[in-house]
Amino acid sequence: MDTESTYSGYSYYSGRSRGSHRHGERSRDRHKSRSKDSRSEKSVTINTPPAEPLLGDSAVRGEQIQDDNWGETTTAVTGTSEHSLSQEDIVRITKDLEDSVGLDCRRYFTRTLAVILGLLVFLTPLAFLVLPHLLWPEKLQSCGTACEGLFISVAFKLLILLLAVWALFFRPARAGLPRVFVFRALLAVLVLLFVVSYWLFYGVRILDSQDENYQGIVQYAVSLVDALLFIHYLAIVLLELRQLQPCFSVCVTRSTDGETRHYNLGQLSIQRAALAIIEHYYCDFPVHNPALLSASKSRAAKHLAGLKVYNVDGPGNNAAAGLAHSQSRAMIAAAARRRDTSHNELYYEEAEHERRVRKRKARLVVAVEEAFTHIKRMQEEEQKKAPGDVMDPREAAQAIFPSMARALQKYLRTTKQQHCHSMESIQQHLAFCITNNMTPKAFLESYLVPGPTLQYSRDRWLARQWTLISEASVTSGLKDGSVFLLKCVDFSLVVTSKKIPYIQMSEEYIDPKSHKFVLRLQSETSV
Amino acid sequence: MSFVPGQPVTAVVQRIEIQKLRQGNNLILGFSIGGGIDQDPGQNPFSEDKTDKGIYVTRITPGGPADVAGLMMGDKIMQVNGWDMTMVTHDKARKRLTKKNEDVVRLLVTRKSLEEAVKHSMGTYHKQ
Repeated sequence: MDTESTYSGYSYYSGRSRGSHRHGERSRDRHKSRSKDSRSEKSVTINTPPAEPLLGDSAVRGEQIQDDNWGETTTAVTGTSEHSLSQEDIVRITKDLEDSVGLDCRRYFTRTLAVILGLLVFLTPLAFLVLPHLLWPEKLQSCGTACEGLFISVAFKLLILLLAVWALFFRPARAGLPRVFVFRALLAVLVLLFVVSYWLFYGVRILDSQDENYQGIVQYAVSLVDALLFIHYLAIVLLELRQLQPCFSVCVTRSTDGETRHYNLGQLSIQRAALAIIEHYYCDFPVHNPALLSASKSRAAKHLAGLKVYNVDGPGNNAAAGLAHSQSRAMIAAAARRRDTSHNELYYEEAEHERRVRKRKARLVVAVEEAFTHIKRMQEEEQKKAPGDVMDPREAAQAIFPSMARALQKYLRTTKQQHCHSMESIQQHLAFCITNNMTPKAFLESYLVPGPTLQYSRDRWLARQWTLISEASVTSGLKDGSVFLLKCVDFSLVVTSKKIPYIQMSEEYIDPKSHKFVLRLQSETSV
Repeated sequence: MSFVPGQPVTAVVQRIEIQKLRQGNNLILGFSIGGGIDQDPGQNPFSEDKTDKGIYVTRITPGGPADVAGLMMGDKIMQVNGWDMTMVTHDKARKRLTKKNEDVVRLLVTRKSLEEAVKHSMGTYHKQ
């Protein structure tokens, strides 16, 4: 049995090198994609379900079938192909479409509520001042000097309140969070209650009894404006200041390639912490490159593909779960027994790849440096003397681009970054570098090192739709040991938080005169 | 063996004469010294007073010229051929002992047992 399975494993290897043309009926999308991995294993592994799904769909349906097919489900890495629309893109687009409508509705609703509340708050003191003049003008005492001074005070305080509210609340919304922002809701309720209680008091004690003491009324309006300013101070402290002091250290790991960063956050609710982390993600994490993950997936698939499992007990003997369990155990045992040389292959493959990358990089650097020597910035005086053959940065970039294009494209292909940079973007970047007097090394830096997601064009930002997955309620605060996931279509970020410990610092005084030294030699010489 | 700064140092000493032995191109005495004013006196295992920066004998080659002459480990060397050794650097002490043109070194050494022997003998004298 062992020899038989090993034999089929070898035939699988030889078959793979001939390409995937043997399996014509399944190669519809395959010739367009560039990831050359385990698709041909569909014919080798025994336990394929009868209705074999298409290439991309296996990502969605594959997990429900038995474990042995997971080698195939990883083939949906077709996001790397430039022309075909993979299942992932379709999912992403439909998600964007259906969610953007709902989100906008909610955003406008909150905005209108906020504007109504703001108007109510601003017009209330003015109403308090104006209503007595409208309703009982003849009974009203005339306004003396002190009273008119209070008018100025009301006016300026209202102006300050207006500016402060504009600065704090009328900023463009950064994101739509899943749940309502608790502190803002509380503050809105507080303000509403406050204003309502003032109106109640005003209505009962002043309007009903038609109080003649206008100065008292003006002072009442001034006290309202003062209290509103204090509520605004409370808003600043709750919304802005409280989370500034770092309290938790969060560790963010990307699930696909393990990139990890650590950040310090203050006391935030889970959804606000998630928002802060996403904003840091776009700056700090190198861009997600699915093409780099195909190698490990193909290796993993190769581990299982060399084995075939036969069920000699006959059909229907075990329950389905027991069947899968015993078969996977049998495969694990067989895999452990056979001599695995894949580590050797990995080592040599990686060394070879490293060498290739370095060679291409050397060629690229030389080509770019040579290309940059072809153009020179023209000085002011020369501009008047020789008007012929003068180029603006864009034309200069287009002129020198062809000499480095081949080397650059080969390098990008070797490092699997070719889908991140289009020719247009490269030329734009070249024109930008020429305009700003950058050296060839500065121009190349964005191609040699995968930068953060922000660096690439907007359509590479891919996911702006993130899902927060958390066991605790998302409006509850961050705690020590809280874990949540931020899922987007291609990958997810796993976030764990730890509390920064209380630091007990003590002091020790050292007198500057106490620094004295002696020689600590103790030599022994024989004579 | 402690000293009071400014006062002369008094100690009971023994005179030891060592004949240097020729070994190849060198003249050796057969013992090792430690200490000196540029060394750390706290690490001296033989001194009673840990601020004593004198030159002490730390090792004796068995059967060597020093052993034959009666030098013992832990002795403090007070003089070498008339030169003072209580306030010298380690290197100076080494040079005084290893002069190439001298065949014989006459040391004045002191040790604790000498003091006790004198006290003991003086005590018995007083008793008499």
